[in-house]
Parts: sequence; structure tokens; C-alpha cells
Amino acid sequence: MAEILVFCEKDDVAFELVSKGKEFKDALGMNLAAALLGKGAAGKADEYFAYGADKVYVSEDAALADFTAEVYAEALYQIAQKNGTEVLLVGSTKRGKELAPRVAQKLGAGCITDANDVRVEDGKLVADRYALGGNTVSSETIKTPQKVIAVMPKTFELGAKEAKQGEVVDVALDLKEPRTRILERREKAGETVNLEEAEAIVCIGRGLEKKEDLGIVEELAKTLGAELGCTKSLCTDWEWLSEERLVGLSGKKVSPRLCVSVGISGQIQYTVGIRGARITVAINKDENAPIFAMSDYGIVGDLYEVVPKLTEKLKSL
Amino acid sequence: MNIIVCLKQIPDLQQIRIKERKPILEGAPLIFGDMDKNALEEAVRIKEKVGEAKITALALGPAKLKDGIKEALAVGADEAVLLMDPAFAGSDTVATAKALAKAIQKIGEYDLILCGEGSTDSYSGQVGPRLAEMLDLPQITYVRELEVKDGKIQAVRNMEESFEVVEADLPAVVTVAAEINEPRLASLRQILQAARKPVQEWTPADLGLAEEEVGEKGAAVEVLSNLAPEEERKQVIFSGELDEIVDGLVDALTKEGVLGR
Repeated sequence: MAEILVFCEKDDVAFELVSKGKEFKDALGMNLAAALLGKGAAGKADEYFAYGADKVYVSEDAALADFTAEVYAEALYQIAQKNGTEVLLVGSTKRGKELAPRVAQKLGAGCITDANDVRVEDGKLVADRYALGGNTVSSETIKTPQKVIAVMPKTFELGAKEAKQGEVVDVALDLKEPRTRILERREKAGETVNLEEAEAIVCIGRGLEKKEDLGIVEELAKTLGAELGCTKSLCTDWEWLSEERLVGLSGKKVSPRLCVSVGISGQIQYTVGIRGARITVAINKDENAPIFAMSDYGIVGDLYEVVPKLTEKLKSL
Repeated sequence: MNIIVCLKQIPDLQQIRIKERKPILEGAPLIFGDMDKNALEEAVRIKEKVGEAKITALALGPAKLKDGIKEALAVGADEAVLLMDPAFAGSDTVATAKALAKAIQKIGEYDLILCGEGSTDSYSGQVGPRLAEMLDLPQITYVRELEVKDGKIQAVRNMEESFEVVEADLPAVVTVAAEINEPRLASLRQILQAARKPVQEWTPADLGLAEEEVGEKGAAVEVLSNLAPEEERKQVIFSGELDEIVDGLVDALTKEGVLGR
């Protein structure tokens, strides 16, 4: 029987894919399997079954000790070829996104990365992803017999766990040592922010003149019970905030009930990240800034005057 | 040392208009993707450091490339190879990577292949890893710092939770992140000199590829629709005295029920 194979180096994302995979499996008439690779893989099988996998392929081969796209792609390729995988679903994490095209190339398969929806239409898998820098949503289907789709984390909800057993297959893989050697891993500053789950978010952009001024925006966020988000310049170029807080095409797509954009002009690469917000507010000194077209409520003004005043007013409520 | 930089021309995303949810690309000038420019800049910096190096700019795209590539030559590429045959039109990542890989093999001598970690328009990130697979090379993606030494590269990768320092022997495929450098602008003298640099144009036949293997026919992904999402925002702008407009906003947000934890 043809198979859907799920893999993500982050188990919580893999569980989302397995949860949704149950629906695809019925619609496409396939088995649902998962690949568990690397150290400690064998111990995870039961949880994959609980989320709905029928079968897991397990390898703790020494070449899989560290994640390298090259070796992981070869491992998935060998599992897919041996077991009739037709659909390979991976997480579109950074690692998943460099893995998916490489394994697709081995399979001679088409691949869609950064999918933010996948569904079955007329017996075919159709995936949505942003195109033209977020200006549009492209709905795509893969024409090759085998298909690889990298799905953004949090696209699918985690299903309920069930008492379910499955088949554990220990696979013997023929792998070479990776040609990229990992010399060191420097952990990023230890803050964990979960923007995707936040009920309210205040995002700050290039309108902020210096890092020391972050305080006034943080104060507004605190008053609103909001998480702080930012645009790309602030985290990637200037490193004022961690990349965990990046909202937009290359960062988080958020869906709070309230999103306040402060000092952000509203380029598409940012606004694509806040489309899911219920109410959007913009504070910007340029009345022609495109952010206002994306906003339910807007204030044209200097953020250095408006933000403290707004914070003060909110505190007095 | 031979460095090949892969470049993609994209429509200027700020100049795309949307009409009845359809993107209007006419009138949006073609420019190189941001991270493609970073890849080229990195190649020029490596050349400045190691002294002896040849940089080849490689691009697949429409006939306008012929003009566009001058920018890459002015900034520091020594020569260019362009894949502009009409048969290449409609290439997806598979067809693009295949043509680029064949072109790289035809160029023959390469130590380092540099790409952006994604194009600025579709950001699929597929071409780099697919090239690495087709050419059987190691791949190092999301690179924010790069050093070339004694036939090896050492790179710092920007991953989600960590910066990963990795090493590989050359040749290798490296994709760069936006923060790796600040691309330079060409001087007038460089722009004038660029006109004399060699530019080759190759067809699918030059690459040993049949027409079915390239362009839309060689594509593995079919686009069913490509539309702007429907977006309706109230667009209420408050104006007046600062106190009044802040009061107005707070009242509105209170009515919307979005204040409070």
C-alpha cells in the first residue's frame, strides 16, 4: 500500500503532521508512517502511534547523530524507496526546509516548501504558500509520482492522543559520514517567546531610533498584556531583539485578537505575518505608509509621543 | 579559486499592483533578489581576501537579464553565463536547478557555489539544496559568516535556536542569509568596465537538455491559482489633538473587546 511518510526533527511539529496525516490517509487511501531518526529515536515510537501513525521507521545510525541535510535526506530517501512512500511530509523548519528539496531531488520529486495549508482536492494534494513576497497566495499541486511537502509549524492542530499501537520497523540504512562537520553550536540567548499563541502583540519597526528606546514600546506591550514582536531589521540586522520575535514572511505568522504595529511602514514582507490578527492598529508618522491600509485603526503621529500617551491612558482604565 | 554565484531576477515587490486580487507584474522593474546580492557581495569579498579568484555570475531568466546582469558584472563578477532561451520560461525550482546544475558542470571549474538562502519573491529555498544534490556536494545553508581557508570553508549558520559553526571541504554549495554583509554599489568606472566583461548565453541544447526537461514542461509543480488574499480592514484613522486621538483609539478597542487580558 502506498504510504504517507512524516518526518520532522522537532517531534511536536511531526505530531501536528501525523495528526493531519490521518485525514489525508483516509482521503488518499494510504498508510500513515513516520521516520524517527537519530539518537533516542526508538523511545519515541509510542507517542507517534498515539497521534495516529500506523508504522514508524527507526534508525539510530551513527551518521544521524547530528542533523545534516545531506545524510538525513539520504536516510529518508532510502526509507521512502523501500516502502513505497508517495507523499513525504516534513516540517518547514529551517532544517526541514533545507532537507525537503534535497530528498525531493533524490526522489526525482516535486517539492513545495513553507506550505501554510495542505488539503485533498479531487483526490490530489493541494498546498498553499505565499508567493511574490507575500503579495499573493499560490495554490500548487505536485505532478511527479512522489511528492514532498514541507509544512510550516502550527499549520495543523495537534490531534487528541489515542491508545493505539503500531508497527516498529528498525531500518538498516547505508549511510556515509556527513561531509559537513559541526564544530560548535552556540545557543541563542535563552528567551522563549511564543508569538503564535499570543492574544495580543505589539510589533516595533524601524521607526524606533535606538535600542535604548525599546522601553517605551515594552511598557505599552506590558500594559496591554501583549508580547513584543518586531520587523526584520530590528532582529536580524541590528540584533536589538531575538529572532523569536520576528513577525513576517521570514518569521512568525501571528493570529492574536489585537496587533499594534508601531513605527512600521508596512512592507508586504511584514504585513503577511499579521494577516491572521483580528484587529490591527498602526501608529506611524507617515500618513501615506502602507501599514494604514492593513489596519482597522490608525494614528498618524510620532511614536515617541503617541506610545507613552497611549500607555498612560490604558493604565488609567 | 573559482566561485559561481547563482542569481535570480524578480519583480520589485514594492511595485506589484493588485487588481481584482490578481497581481499585475507589468511595470514592476526586474531586480536581483536581496540575498542573491548578498551572495555576490560575499563572492567579491572572498576574492578580495584570497587574491586570485574568478567569479562567474549565473542566471536563468527572461531576455531582460542581459541588461540586468551588467549590475552583477559591475559589482565584481568577472564573467556571466545567462540561460535566457524562451524554452526556459516557466521553470519551477526543479527545472531551474537542473539547468543551473548543467551550466555549472559545463563551466567545469568550481570550488564554491553561492546562492541566496531563498529568493525574495517565493523564498522556497529549493535551488541551493537541489544543486548540491545534483552536483553531489555538501550544502551549508543559512550562512551569516563565511571563511575560506586551505581548500576548506568554515561557516556560521543562523539556525532557530543556535548559531551552528560548520566546516566542509571545497567544493561546496553555500546559501547565505541577509545579515552576512551589506552589498556594495558599483562605481561609475566599474559600470563602464562591466560592458567589456564576457557574457555567454547558453540554450538547453548547449546544456545537453531536451526541451521537455526545461521550462514549464520540465516543471514538477503546477500552480493552480495565484491570488492576493481577501483583506478587509476598517481603516479608521484618528486625527486631532493627541489626547483626543488616543482616547478615540482606546474607546474603539474597548468596543471591539480586544483590551484586557
